[in-house]
Amino acid sequence: MSLLKEELQRNMNKPEADKASLKKAAWVRKDLLGLQELSREELELILSTAESFKEVISREIKKVPTLRGKTVVNLFYEPSTRTRTSFEVAAKRLSADVINISTDSSSVRKGETLIDTGKNIEALKVDIIVVRHNYSGAAAMLARNVHASVINAGDGWHEHPTQALLDIFTLKEKLGRIEGLNVSIVGDIAHSRVARSNIWGLTKLGANVTVCAPPLLIPVSIEEMGVKVTSDVEEALKDADAVNVLRMQFERDTENAFPRQLEYFKNYGITVDRLKHAKKNILVMHPGPINRGIEISSEVADGANSVILEQVTNGIAVRMAALFLVAQAHDQLRSKARTRGAKKI
Amino acid sequence: MLMKEKSRIMDKNGLVRTLTRMAHEILEKNKGTEDLVIVGVRTRGAVLAERLAALMEDIDGYKPPVGVLDITLYRDDLSSIAQQPVVHKTEIDFDIQDKKVILVDDVLYTGRTIRAALDEIVDFGRPLFIQLAVLLDRGHRELPIRADYVGKNIPTSLKETVEVRLQETDGVDEVVVMENME
Repeated sequence: MSLLKEELQRNMNKPEADKASLKKAAWVRKDLLGLQELSREELELILSTAESFKEVISREIKKVPTLRGKTVVNLFYEPSTRTRTSFEVAAKRLSADVINISTDSSSVRKGETLIDTGKNIEALKVDIIVVRHNYSGAAAMLARNVHASVINAGDGWHEHPTQALLDIFTLKEKLGRIEGLNVSIVGDIAHSRVARSNIWGLTKLGANVTVCAPPLLIPVSIEEMGVKVTSDVEEALKDADAVNVLRMQFERDTENAFPRQLEYFKNYGITVDRLKHAKKNILVMHPGPINRGIEISSEVADGANSVILEQVTNGIAVRMAALFLVAQAHDQLRSKARTRGAKKI
Repeated sequence: MLMKEKSRIMDKNGLVRTLTRMAHEILEKNKGTEDLVIVGVRTRGAVLAERLAALMEDIDGYKPPVGVLDITLYRDDLSSIAQQPVVHKTEIDFDIQDKKVILVDDVLYTGRTIRAALDEIVDFGRPLFIQLAVLLDRGHRELPIRADYVGKNIPTSLKETVEVRLQETDGVDEVVVMENME
C-alpha cells in the first residue's frame, strides 16, 4: 500500500505548474495517425494510460467492459501477424468486437479504393478502423474521409505510432525515465516508419537519439529531426542506454540499396562481441520479426539484455490505451455536437 | 460555475472521531480483522481506506491489507462527462477469493461509482461478501445501493456539492458543502 502513499507524496511535491499541466492533459483527437503531431503532454498521457492497462492484462480476468458495444475493424493492406494480433487482443481485452479484413481476400482485389472501402466499413456502424497501408499518408487520408476513429498501424515509410509508443513504454518501464537517455536506432533508417515514429516520440520526450546505418540507408537531412547520425555501429553503441535494432526489410524491394545480407551482419549486426564495448546493462530492442544472423545474432536476441518479448506484451497495453483514448474522444466530440444541435432548435 | 461555501460539516477532530467510530463498527460487525480486506475507490476513498486500516490496527493489533480501485474503465458515462477522467492503476496485490471485502468511498451519491466498483471487484475473484463504508451519504440515489457503514448522513439539494478534503490529497482535513450560485 506504500505505492499509493508514494504516489500521493509525489503529487504533493510537484510544483503547481506541473499539476496544472497534468490536469490539462486531455485527449481530444478522434484519430491516432502519428507521433509527429502530438505534444509531449499527449505522449505522456498515452504512456500513463498504458501503465494502467498493463495492470489489467496481468489480472486473472484480463478484460474490462470499457469498449463494450464498440466495433473495431483491422484493415490491413500489408501482411502482418504481430501488429494485427496485438490490436485484436487489445480490442478484445476492452470488450470490443473485432473484425479482421486483409486485402488479399477482399474487394480491394477488385479495384475498390481505400476511401470507398473505408466508407463501406463505416456503413457497417464500425467505431474504430485500424489501418495499415503501403502508402505514406494513407491513414490520414482515410481519417479525413470517415467519421469513425482511425488508428495508423503503419503507413508506408511514414509512421508506425503504436510501435514507437510501445518501444518508449518499454524503455520507460525498464529505465524509469526517457529524459536524458541515449537511444540508438540501428538499421534501415531510410525505409523505416518505426524509426521515424521513434525519433519523433523520443526527441519530444527529451532523449538523445542516434541513428546508425550504412550511408545509403540514411535519408538525406535526417539531422533536421534532431538526431545524431553515424555509420559506425560501435560508435552508436558506445554510450547508448538502449539500442533499437530494426529489421532489414527485404520485402520492400530495396535489395540493391545495401550490401548483401552477410556483409550487413558483419558490419552492422548486433553481436555479443559488439555489446562488450557498450554499457553493461544496455537494453536491446527489436520491433520484430527478427532476422537472426542478419541484423542481430541469436545470442543477443535471446540474451539477458534483450527485452524483445516484453515489447510484445507492452504492445497490448499501449494499443489498449490508444483504442480507449480515441474512442473516448470520439464519444465526447459526438455528444458535444449533439448538445450544440439541440441548442440550435 | 460559481460555487460558494455553504456550511462546514466536519473539521479535523470531527473526521478522526467519525473514522474511529466506523473502524469500531466494522470490527464489531465482522468480529475482528480475520479475512478482512479493505478496498478504497480512488482517490479519496483510497486515502480513507488506508486510514481506516490504520485505526483497525490500533484497535485490534492487526492491519488488514488495503487495495486501491480505479473505476474509470467500468464507468457508464465515459461519453457524457465534461472532463475526461485519466485512467489510473488499480492495485489489489492480495487474493480476494472468499475474503470479507470492505469497500470504502468518500461520498455516496447516485450509487453509480459503487456499481462500477462492485463490477470491478468481482473481476478479481469471488469474495465472501462486500460491505460498503462511506464517510458521507448525501442521498439522491439512482440505483438500489445502500451503505453498511455511514460516517454522516447529510441531506443535500441537487444544486449543492459535498467536498471531502483530506490531508494526504488536499493538505487539510475537512468536509464542506458548496452551493452553486448560478
